[in-house]
Amino acid sequence: MAIKLKTFCGGIHPPGNKQWSAHKPIEDCPLPEEFIVPLAQHIGAPSTACVEPGQLVAKGQTIGAPKGFVSVPVHAPTSGEVVAVEPRPHPWGTSLPAVVIRPDGEDRWAEELEAADPNDLYPEDMVERVRLAGVVGMGGAAFPAHVKMSPPPEKKIHTLIFNGVECEPYLTADHRLMLEEPERILQGIALLRFIYGAERVVIGIEANKPDAIALLQAECKDTPVEVIALEVKYPQGAEKQLIAAVTGTEVPSGGLPMDIGVAVQNVSTAAAVTDAIIYGRPLIERICTVTGSAVREPKNLRIRIGTPLSHLVAVCGGLLEEPGKIILGGPMMGFTQTSFDVPAVRGSSGLLLLREEEVVCQAEGPCIRCARCVQGCPMHLLPTTIAAYARRNLVAEAAEYRAMDCIECGCCSYNCPATIPLVQAIRYGKAAIIAKKRALTL
Amino acid sequence: MLAAILSLGCIGLVAAIALGFAAKKFAVEVDPRELAVLEVLPGANCGACGFPGCAGYAKALVAGKIDLNQCPPGGAELVTQLANILGVEASAAAPEVAVVLCQGDNHRAQLKYRYLGLEDCTAAQKIADGPKSCPGGCLGLGSCQRACPFNAIEITPEGLAVISREKCTGCRKCISVCPRQTIRMTPLESTVHVLCNSHDKGALVRKYCQIGCIGCHICQKTVPQAYRVENFLAEVVYEEHLVAMEAIDKCPTKCIRDFATGYPDGSSLLPSTDPEKSDAA
Repeated sequence: MAIKLKTFCGGIHPPGNKQWSAHKPIEDCPLPEEFIVPLAQHIGAPSTACVEPGQLVAKGQTIGAPKGFVSVPVHAPTSGEVVAVEPRPHPWGTSLPAVVIRPDGEDRWAEELEAADPNDLYPEDMVERVRLAGVVGMGGAAFPAHVKMSPPPEKKIHTLIFNGVECEPYLTADHRLMLEEPERILQGIALLRFIYGAERVVIGIEANKPDAIALLQAECKDTPVEVIALEVKYPQGAEKQLIAAVTGTEVPSGGLPMDIGVAVQNVSTAAAVTDAIIYGRPLIERICTVTGSAVREPKNLRIRIGTPLSHLVAVCGGLLEEPGKIILGGPMMGFTQTSFDVPAVRGSSGLLLLREEEVVCQAEGPCIRCARCVQGCPMHLLPTTIAAYARRNLVAEAAEYRAMDCIECGCCSYNCPATIPLVQAIRYGKAAIIAKKRALTL
Repeated sequence: MLAAILSLGCIGLVAAIALGFAAKKFAVEVDPRELAVLEVLPGANCGACGFPGCAGYAKALVAGKIDLNQCPPGGAELVTQLANILGVEASAAAPEVAVVLCQGDNHRAQLKYRYLGLEDCTAAQKIADGPKSCPGGCLGLGSCQRACPFNAIEITPEGLAVISREKCTGCRKCISVCPRQTIRMTPLESTVHVLCNSHDKGALVRKYCQIGCIGCHICQKTVPQAYRVENFLAEVVYEEHLVAMEAIDKCPTKCIRDFATGYPDGSSLLPSTDPEKSDAA
């Protein structure tokens, strides 16, 4: 029986490299000597520190208060003393304000945290609990979950898709979570289904995780939740591509999934929603895959938010050699780091350490019009054209070729035989378009 | 054959009469002074005056809407010419030149990461705040060089922008494209500058740059009136530039430079030898 798996148009097939860590059970990462908890870990306004140096904090205590609607609070990852509130190196590449906590080793929970029976809660209460727990999209973008969970009333969500695709090479964090803690995910799915009032609920999983698909299919047997196997292709886990694969409908250019009545949440986000709503626990830990050829023992770790990368490397047996590239997140869309001093944050699904010889450093060549970038683009754009316009500062032309639709997945750059920095050029163009729009409205 | 010549000739005649009539009837009145002004303006259309090009500035000048000294490329000479044409009194603004406040080329300043992307400083700055460890140093990717309408900027082989004092007209185009505000306008009369743009503490500066200002105050102690140190960065008080030279040899990191004796290392530019240009100040 040949089954054609569901997928989207375009995309690439990079080597998966998940064999390093896919079979490794999740391990609890021991506490580091010092936590660096950045106040900006999500898309939107960074939170403001509400603790002072010298203050004692308990695990789960709010240490950063949200500022505005598109913002979430930040919590202490363990009990201990606040040693500093100052700018520290951040995974985004600059120094940003962070709360530095020295653990006292007791790991004592704050008293204010309360469990709740979901049967007693209205959807609005649940969303509020999610907001207070600081839950963000765990796939990597870290968009505040409560914002996504409060669509305007005229946008009715009929299909709710859970993202268990994990299409980034190397990463196995979601895979292990689905295998080891399916009940946390399924509880979260039930809660989110209730909050959205969705009719159809789908879990999309890439076909390279047959064990997770079989397990969740068995668990969901008597529930209305469908588990769908999807073709192994990058970026299958991108929101718009997942929607196209599952529903066969595309999100209109410049639109949001809610415009076609769809919402997407990551499976790890569902698990975090369970913790927030039922147990009242804030988002202070996540699963992070530490992997790559330069690390001695690749592992899936349950880390506290704010753990320095140097500690993660030490827990995984140290380095085999000086890495040529350190990436926080997946190799396609992660953030390259320049030191191990930065902390893992809420969006850090993996820490990838590559050897020097694996890093391609090739000078840019001329475009040979092979159109492989066009073939790979999952958004049906012309990357080479947009990039050429962007480089010449032809902002209006770049916008006309729908530069703003680019999801920065990196397929075009990956495919380019001339190693043209296409994504960087398009990103540059997008920034110029936004700046121009802002200048026009002011 | 004859018919063709005749008919084409007739059409030509009619069209010529119509055009001649239109030229008289719809003639655009141009103030002769405007043309004269346009004649003396440098014609670089650099935009330093605040108008899109020289024609716009000429129009505003003739209409008396703007001062005569708004064209830095023209300098004092232009102001006199304009004053003659327009019949008004005017004095030139003190001439200024742009200076790159950095000597940390790729050899002297540490790089955070290998950068292989677009040859553009703004694009590089968007990636983890640029490949240089120093937050204010020149990235050397030549955005200012490409923006300069007067070809006054050189990028040294080691990746540092150097602006020629002779060719710079003070149009500020480079300042508007530099993503790190490393370029500053300075009075042309002063040849001494503190070539550093990092407000980090001295210990940190020493870690990433051999030639950066560490905020040690030695220059200020040597010539108190000629230097001010704010936020761990020294700056020449340009009103006192004549005595500022005295501190050059005292600077422990050699980040103070007198452009009269030479441009930053690696530059092919020769020190200012034209006495007229430096006397003009």
